Amino acid sequence: MKTTPLYEKHLELSGKIIDFSGWALPVEYSGILSEHEAVRTKSGLFDVSHMGEITVKGEEAEKFLQMIVTNDVSVLTDGQIAYTTMCYPTGGVVDDLLVYKNSDEDFLLVVNASNTDKDFEWLESHISGKVEVKNVSPFYAQLALQGPKAQTILQKFVKEELNDLKFYHFKSNMDVGGISVLVSRTGYTGEDGFELYFASEDGPQMWDMLLETGKDEGLVPAGLGARDTLRFEAGLPLYGQEIDKDITPLEAGLGFCVKLAKDDFIGKEALVKQKSEGLKRKSVGFEMIDRGIPRSHYDVYADGKKVGYVTTGSYSPTLKKNIGLALIDADYTKEGTEIEILIRGKNLKAQIIKKPFYAKKYKNNN
Amino acid sequence: MKILNELKYSDSHEWIKVEGNKAYIGITDYAQDHLGEVVYAELPEVDTAVNTGEQFIVLESVKAASDVYAPLSGTITEINEELADNPGFINESPYEAWLVAIDMSNPEEVSTLLSAADYEKVCE
Repeated sequence: MKTTPLYEKHLELSGKIIDFSGWALPVEYSGILSEHEAVRTKSGLFDVSHMGEITVKGEEAEKFLQMIVTNDVSVLTDGQIAYTTMCYPTGGVVDDLLVYKNSDEDFLLVVNASNTDKDFEWLESHISGKVEVKNVSPFYAQLALQGPKAQTILQKFVKEELNDLKFYHFKSNMDVGGISVLVSRTGYTGEDGFELYFASEDGPQMWDMLLETGKDEGLVPAGLGARDTLRFEAGLPLYGQEIDKDITPLEAGLGFCVKLAKDDFIGKEALVKQKSEGLKRKSVGFEMIDRGIPRSHYDVYADGKKVGYVTTGSYSPTLKKNIGLALIDADYTKEGTEIEILIRGKNLKAQIIKKPFYAKKYKNNN
Repeated sequence: MKILNELKYSDSHEWIKVEGNKAYIGITDYAQDHLGEVVYAELPEVDTAVNTGEQFIVLESVKAASDVYAPLSGTITEINEELADNPGFINESPYEAWLVAIDMSNPEEVSTLLSAADYEKVCE
């Protein structure tokens, strides 16, 4: 298994190490529930160094990205970030990613760990014109400092006023306790917070520094388990579950990052067609009525027939209910509709509820 | 990791407390630690007959559902109702948080269970 620069730290903290698509990472330290709660009420520190970083540079970098991704990156200002999907010609998703704009000729893409190689090959195979694409993942450590106390903690290390760093914006080369860091106001938890990108060799020092100083604010190390329950409650998709090569961003409810009005891009034709014909299936939220916990790939029934499947399901630590996301026949997606989830041979009652399950607490200091 | 001397064990990490023809069954400290925080215990109904080795309980942690196997044959006489509202009790006190009680149909099976010392070796 591949390890991140923080591997030794995870062992020191008795993190329970699992194989996450080839990476040895902690699923939890003290427990998923307590780590989850810490992020919602105070703050948590995640090692997300496994994420992939790919640079796209050159005179035609912006033109190239416009062709590749579904969102409109031409509206980004320098120092701004866009969440987007990139699609196959079928409209299915290659990956979801963040696009960081340094300038018209210099972008950084942050992609899912499990997709990094695939994404890099996809990008390379579509290069035309003056563009250079590089997989720089091994050079970066990435930490996510998330939760209502994240700003207070990070502010102790930086001179710049963090209130001025708006949501989905970033600043390169910030001095964070003597380490040069790309500080990004983003995250995957539904809370305010930051993602820090810096040289991988500085990983252990940054990790210790943040945890030590953040202790007084209730900062705890948090693992992949809490990362998953946090993103799930906030309705943030996970590649391989809510989105995949066979699921379009429109079906997954990500229409906000599909700009069908922009010039040609890969997948546009299929997505335009899908939208004009109307979606046959949609991603919905549901809550169990009967006792039972829904899990990924469990079948969903309504009117005595199979209408779809669960993409993510879990006990929700914040809501203290068993809830799920499912991709189902559009006829059954109205709020309040009763459906059934097939759990270990039994059809258990559930009903459609609003998503996200947890209202995001992003910093709206625009 | 705690192992109590007075209990019997199975190699699938259940503990068994035998009282006459009755046996209380729970999961060990080792098992609860590997499982993670239990958020739902799906217990069988009273009067259900079970056979040794049969999957008869599902414990769900935040991440996954795990099967618990019957270490003895018999009929379920009691289920621990407290776990419905407080499944986390299994993590806090695994040896107090019994899951079910069984009226053994073949008490001789007790001799096939592991002692504390033998179970410790299973966990190594």
